[in-house]
Amino acid sequence: MERPLFSARAEAFPAGLRVLVVDDDPTWLKILEKMLRKCSYEVTTCSLATDALSMLREQKDKFDIVISDVNMPDMDGFKLLEHVGLEMDLPVIMMSIDGETSRVMKGVQHGACDYLLKPVRMKELKNIWQHVYRKKMHELKEIQTHYNNEDINILRYGSEDLDDRNLTDGITNISSARKRKDVDYKEFGDQEFGDPSRLKKARVVWSVDLHQKFVNAVNQIGLDKVGPKKILDLMNVPGLTRENVASHLQKYRLYLSRLQKQSEDSTSGGNMPSDLINNDNVANFELTSSTNMQQCSEHTKHVGTSENLVPGIIADAHIGDIKKIVPVQGIESEKGLISDSPISQNFNNVPRLSALFSFKGMTPGIEEKAREPTTSKHQTLHDGAPRMQCMHYPGQGNCGMLDDYSYLSSSDQDHQVSFNLCSSSPVISATVTNEKDMKDLSEMKPVPTDQRNAHFAAIPQVACMTGSVSLQIKHGMVHSQDAGAICKLDGSPNTKGCSTEQIDNQECFPLTCEFSPKSEAELDSLPGDLHLCSIQKFGCFEDVGFGGAENFQDIISTPDTQVQNDWYISSELNNDYLYETVDYPLIDECLFA
Amino acid sequence: MESSDLQRRYIDFTSTLFREGFLDSQYTQLQQLQDESNPEFVTEVVTLFFQDSEKLQDDLTRTLDQEVVDFKKVAAHVHQLKGSSASIGAQRVKNVCMAFRICCEEMNREGCLGCLQQARQEYFLVKSKLETVFRLEQQIVAGGGSIPTMW
Repeated sequence: MERPLFSARAEAFPAGLRVLVVDDDPTWLKILEKMLRKCSYEVTTCSLATDALSMLREQKDKFDIVISDVNMPDMDGFKLLEHVGLEMDLPVIMMSIDGETSRVMKGVQHGACDYLLKPVRMKELKNIWQHVYRKKMHELKEIQTHYNNEDINILRYGSEDLDDRNLTDGITNISSARKRKDVDYKEFGDQEFGDPSRLKKARVVWSVDLHQKFVNAVNQIGLDKVGPKKILDLMNVPGLTRENVASHLQKYRLYLSRLQKQSEDSTSGGNMPSDLINNDNVANFELTSSTNMQQCSEHTKHVGTSENLVPGIIADAHIGDIKKIVPVQGIESEKGLISDSPISQNFNNVPRLSALFSFKGMTPGIEEKAREPTTSKHQTLHDGAPRMQCMHYPGQGNCGMLDDYSYLSSSDQDHQVSFNLCSSSPVISATVTNEKDMKDLSEMKPVPTDQRNAHFAAIPQVACMTGSVSLQIKHGMVHSQDAGAICKLDGSPNTKGCSTEQIDNQECFPLTCEFSPKSEAELDSLPGDLHLCSIQKFGCFEDVGFGGAENFQDIISTPDTQVQNDWYISSELNNDYLYETVDYPLIDECLFA
Repeated sequence: MESSDLQRRYIDFTSTLFREGFLDSQYTQLQQLQDESNPEFVTEVVTLFFQDSEKLQDDLTRTLDQEVVDFKKVAAHVHQLKGSSASIGAQRVKNVCMAFRICCEEMNREGCLGCLQQARQEYFLVKSKLETVFRLEQQIVAGGGSIPTMW
């Protein structure tokens, strides 16, 4: 953006703030324009949402903030909100004469940074600049976090090959990396304080063209295998960073899952209670295949050592006859393995963790049919903690899962190996992040699903992962070679049809996993040692807490805020997004090794 | 008429409007927004309101006149009318809209028609009163006086 008075404008901030007002009521439009001018803002008015969108698209950098009415004839204000959030990433304030809580909530859920009630007062408008400023601060932080992650990666791995890395080494590295990050951040922060508008440089505006390139790249790679780096390479856009792609990918996933949710709304049932995973679900899944079990048995040794398992984690690998779904749970490095506990109990023990699943690279031999995740609906925001649905289990071998759990202990290599031996099915590595108390991330192992039945054992909803997830994975956090794809496996009581149902309240991308812990005790007892998947934007979870390893803490530091802003994507984006329902690979065999 | 008389009349008249609930504090806000850069601001806004409201009322009449009434559509129009009336502080019109909305939710056609009639009445009342206010203002200014501020 070329603004001759750039620095003058920056110094005068918030004066000169460029506001776009959208309201179908001409009276209000005139009044608001007058009020905003009195605040010394630069005002552009628009009475049609569609006009506003094209204006925004044409001149990406022309506005700092958008104020829009909720009820408009040509387009719902919430949809406009989503579009703006997705494409331009500008702060949007909603307005309405209707102040009903449900409406306000909807606004917030769709990403509005504020909701004003009409008649709007001058003092409210005078303060809208804070939203612009806040967003810039967040972006700054994200960038910093991103760079720190990169550093961590380099520090820990040197290359992108996980195979040789030892988890424990990684942990040490993370801590030291984190210290560096803190220092860097402070320095960075100081520089920018004087001119928030300079932060704009960091923001990439996703034009229709750019987005189309993005979508093409994603389609080419396959959503299940996609990762920010791959997309970035394919897109071949100079100046675009992996972080940009990663955050956009997350939003895109949210959008897709929302689309799916909408298409399934008529067929799907209601929300599932948050402690969802119940016996019924479990019963729907069957474990099969003795071959898998056999393969898994090689890894049973890991099982025994998985102190990493969080309570409630799946039963022992040698439970070869388990026909139920074993919940995938957060793995903590210090927790004992839960073995021999009945599956149903496991559900109850699921800690409140959000798991990140990555399919990418983990499924060398995944078969297509195994791809349908079942989804579970569950309520979000239970006591403000992320809800986690129990996961599902492999159709074929708990051992795989157990192996994965034991993964957290130091034997990466083993895991890797067993993984390769084990399965031809996708491996879902989940990184579980605990809310609040969790200091570290725990990894969740993917739950193999029964390929044959295309069932997904209660698939946890994995938080949408962005490029940072792939970072994690590379670090060996996630037991996958390439954390490109994040799948949301939603466990649902109804495992047929592998339809990816959206979790109603969450509106997560299909790639979200959630775990509902049954008891707070579980939560608290999670060791501080969990490996936290670095989630840049936890768009899918409104209240995901991040305990994460220190180095990741900042990454996920503002989940709530991020979530608010990155939520929902309107299905009206059909014009732009030509994507269809994505199949998610299921884990059907022991995946972890 | 003397300027001071006019001014007194003006003050009395507008105070009554506020007291009787025809106008609320939003109208005062509009008056406060008016300044030298835009001395006709209030009249312009109110004129916009008149135009918009009359159109909405016509829409409402038409929608309620259908064989099968689309109450969602009626409610949408009512919502717009409510927003519009709130913009200039036409309180009584706004209040009718609230009752009107309930009739829509109840899919009560008769009720809706009754509300529409009431809305029209209130609208025309406030319209004529505002026109009186503007006339008085013009007269004061023409007489060389200044319009008293009511806040």
